[in-house]
Amino acid sequence: MTSLRHRLAQRSLAGVAAIGASVLVLSGCGAAPSSSGASGGASATNSNYLGCMVSDSGGFDDKSFNQSGFQGLQQAVKDLGIQEKHVQSKADTDYDPNLRSMVQAGCKLTVTVGFLLGDATKNIATANPNSHFAIIDYSDPTFPKNVKPIVYDTAQAAFLAGYLAAGVSKTGKVATFGGLNIPTVTIFMDGFADGVKYYNQKKGKNVQVLGWDKDKQDGVFVGDFKSIDKGKVLTQGFLQQGADIVLPVAGPVGAGAGSAILDAKKSGTDAKLLWVDSDGYLTAPDYKSVLLSSVQKTMATAVETVLKDDANGKFDATPYVGTLANGGVALAPYHDLDSAVPADLKSEVDQLKSDIVSGKVKVSSKSSPVSQ
Amino acid sequence: MTEAQQVPETAQAPLPTGPALPTPEGRGQTLLRRIATGTPMVSLLSVVLAIVIGGILMAVTNPKVATAMGYFLARPSDAITEIFRPYAALVQGSIYNWQGADLAAQLYPLAETLTVSTPLIFAGLGVALAFRAGLFNIGAQGQLIFGALFGAYVGFTWHLPIGLHLLVVILAGIVGGGIWGGIVGFLKARTGAHEVIVTIMFNYVASFLLLFLLTTPAFQRKGSTNPISPFLDQNALFPELLGPQFRLHAGFILAILVTWGVWWIVNRSTVGFEFRAVGANPNAARTAGVNVGRATVLVMALAGALAGLSGIAQVSGTEKYLSAGVAASIGFDAITVALLGRSTPWGTFFAGLLFGAFRAGGVAMQAVTQTPIDIVLVIQSLIVLFIAAPPLVRAVFGLNPRKPKSKATKRSAQSGAAA
Repeated sequence: MTSLRHRLAQRSLAGVAAIGASVLVLSGCGAAPSSSGASGGASATNSNYLGCMVSDSGGFDDKSFNQSGFQGLQQAVKDLGIQEKHVQSKADTDYDPNLRSMVQAGCKLTVTVGFLLGDATKNIATANPNSHFAIIDYSDPTFPKNVKPIVYDTAQAAFLAGYLAAGVSKTGKVATFGGLNIPTVTIFMDGFADGVKYYNQKKGKNVQVLGWDKDKQDGVFVGDFKSIDKGKVLTQGFLQQGADIVLPVAGPVGAGAGSAILDAKKSGTDAKLLWVDSDGYLTAPDYKSVLLSSVQKTMATAVETVLKDDANGKFDATPYVGTLANGGVALAPYHDLDSAVPADLKSEVDQLKSDIVSGKVKVSSKSSPVSQ
Repeated sequence: MTEAQQVPETAQAPLPTGPALPTPEGRGQTLLRRIATGTPMVSLLSVVLAIVIGGILMAVTNPKVATAMGYFLARPSDAITEIFRPYAALVQGSIYNWQGADLAAQLYPLAETLTVSTPLIFAGLGVALAFRAGLFNIGAQGQLIFGALFGAYVGFTWHLPIGLHLLVVILAGIVGGGIWGGIVGFLKARTGAHEVIVTIMFNYVASFLLLFLLTTPAFQRKGSTNPISPFLDQNALFPELLGPQFRLHAGFILAILVTWGVWWIVNRSTVGFEFRAVGANPNAARTAGVNVGRATVLVMALAGALAGLSGIAQVSGTEKYLSAGVAASIGFDAITVALLGRSTPWGTFFAGLLFGAFRAGGVAMQAVTQTPIDIVLVIQSLIVLFIAAPPLVRAVFGLNPRKPKSKATKRSAQSGAAA
C-alpha cells in the first residue's frame, strides 16, 4: 500500500517536472538583455536617492495610515524617480531590527508609521545621526535632530464631520467607535462630538452622540484594529439604539460598520457611514452607496513632500502639522450621497471650515498634536 | 468522543479519591504524542522540504525570475541568481554578512539570530515540558504575557541596586508565568477541564488584561496617553554581551542554562520521571503510585514559568518596555519550535535557534530583496504541516518505515485508545 502510494507520488512528481521543463524550454528562448543597461531615472541625483519605509504591525494593506503613507512613497518614486525599499513589520518586536536593516540598506530617509515605532525610531535615529527619519502620527519632544514628525490636527476635519452628521441625521442620534483608546483615534472622536455639540448650540437642537464621551475621554472601542466582525456587531447595536450615522475610527474594522449599514439598508433602515483616514469612496468602494463623507488625513502628500525636500537637501526636523488650512486634513466630497445633504447645510459646512481656518471657531482636543 | 473512551470513564467515576482523574488518553492524545516525539530525521527532512517549497513559491511569485526565465537559454545564470537571491539574503541576515564593512557588521546577523531565538527557546521549552507530561500547552502566549507583565512592573516601579534588580525581575517573571500556567494545571487536576481549551481562553484573558492595564496610569508613561509602559530601570535589564551596537543580551546565556536545567529535570530528577510516566500513561502512573494531579499542576506551573522567562527576555532584553505587542507571536511559534525539537530540551533549543535564524534572516530578506516577510511564515507553517504528517515526508524522500515498528505503534495506539 505504502509502496504503491509512493510509486504514484513519484510518477506524478515526474509528470509535474516534465511539464515544468517543457514550459521552460518553450518560453526560455528569448534574448538576454544587455547587462550594462541601467534604467534611466528622472534625474541622476534622484535615481541614487533611496527612500524607505517601515510599517507598523498593521501592514501596508491596512486601508489606513500605513497604506496612505506607502502610497506617498510610491508616488515619490513615480514623480521624483527615486529608489525605494519598504519592509513590513509583523509584530511590535520587529520594529528595531527592521529599522536597522533599512539603515544598513543605505536609506537616506526612512519613514516610520505610528506611535508604536516611536521608541525604535528615536533609538535608531540617535545611533545613526547621518540618516534621516520621518514618523507619521507621532511626535516626541525628545526626538533627535534627524527625525521629522508628521502629525495631524484631525479634530478640525472631524469637527466638520460631526456638524455634517448632526445636520443629516433624521433620528437625532449619531454614533462613533474606536479601535483602541489612543490619542490618534480619540482625536477623531473628540472633534466629531464637538462638531455635533456646535450644531446643537447653533440650531438649538439636541442631536446625541453615542459611543464617545469627550469629558470622560471614554467610549466604545473594539480593542484592536483587526476584528471586523466586532465592528459589525457594535454598529448593529448603534443602529438598534436609533443612530443613523456611524463613524468607525478603527482602520480596517470600518468595513464591519460598512457591512452592517448595508445590511440595514437592505432591510429598509436608512443609515449612513463616515470613513476615516482616506477617502472611503476610493479605498472602500463596497460602501459607496451609504458613504456620506470621510475625515481625511492626506498622508500620501505629506510623505511625498518630506521625501522631495530631503532629496533636494532641504530636510528639517520641524514637525509637519496637517490642518484644514494647509490641506493636511480635510472632509472628503459627498460623492454619491451628494443629494442627501441639503444645500444650506453644505454652505454651512464650508463656512465652518473657513471659520476654523481663520481661528474664529476653536477646535480643541486633549489628543491634538498642537496642544501637546 | 467515542464509546470506547466513555466506558472506562464511567467505570472510574465511583472512585471517591479527591482530585478528578484526567481523562484516559484518547486517540487524539496518542496522535499528539506521536507527533510531538517524532524522529529527528522527520524533523530535518520537514525543514528541507519546507525550504524547497518556499523557494519554489518565491521563484514563481517573483516577477524578476519570470523575466530572467524568458531568456533562460541565452543566459541561465540570471534566472538562477534571482531564484537563490532571497535565500542568500536569508543566510546573510541570519548567519554571516559577507558584505559587512567590518567584523562587527559581518557578525551582526549571527548575534541577531541568537537574540531573536532567546525568547523562542524559553517559550518552546515551556511547551515541550508540558508535552512530555502529555499536556498540550497552547497557553505559552498568555503565560509569556503574564511573565512580562509582572517582570516589567517590578522593573519600572521598583528601584533596586544593580544585579539584585534583574534577579527580582526574573523571579517576578517566573512567578507571573508560573501562576498563569499553574491555574491551568490546577483546573485540569481538580475538574478535568481540558488544558487546550483553558489555555486558549487564558491567552485571550492575558492579552486583554495587558491591553487594559496599558490604558491605566499605573502602566503608562508620565505625560503620555499612548498604551506604552515606561522604560525598565537600567539595573533591571540583561547586560549586553557584545556592546551597544548588538542587541544580544545575557538572556541568551540564561537560555542555555535553563535548557540544561530542563534537561536535568526531565531526564535525571524524580519529578521529571513522574512527568514522563504521566505523559506515557496516566493510569499506569497512578497505579504505580504517582500523584497525577500534583504532577499536572507542577508541570503546568513549570511550563508557565519557562514561558514567563520568555516574557522577561522580551522586556529586560530587547524591548525594554511593555506594549500590547510584547508577546508578538512567540507563544504560538513556540509550539512549532517544541514540535520541531521533538519535545526534548536540546532539540527545542536548536529548533529555537533555527526559527530565530528564520526571523532574523527574514528581516534582511525583506529589506534586501523585498521578498514579503510572509514567506517566512509560510515556511514555518509548512514545517509544522510536514512534522504532523511523517508518512508524507517519508513518501517524498522515498523512505520506507520499518514494517514491524509501524505495526507496533499502531497496536499501541489502539490499545491506548481502548485503555
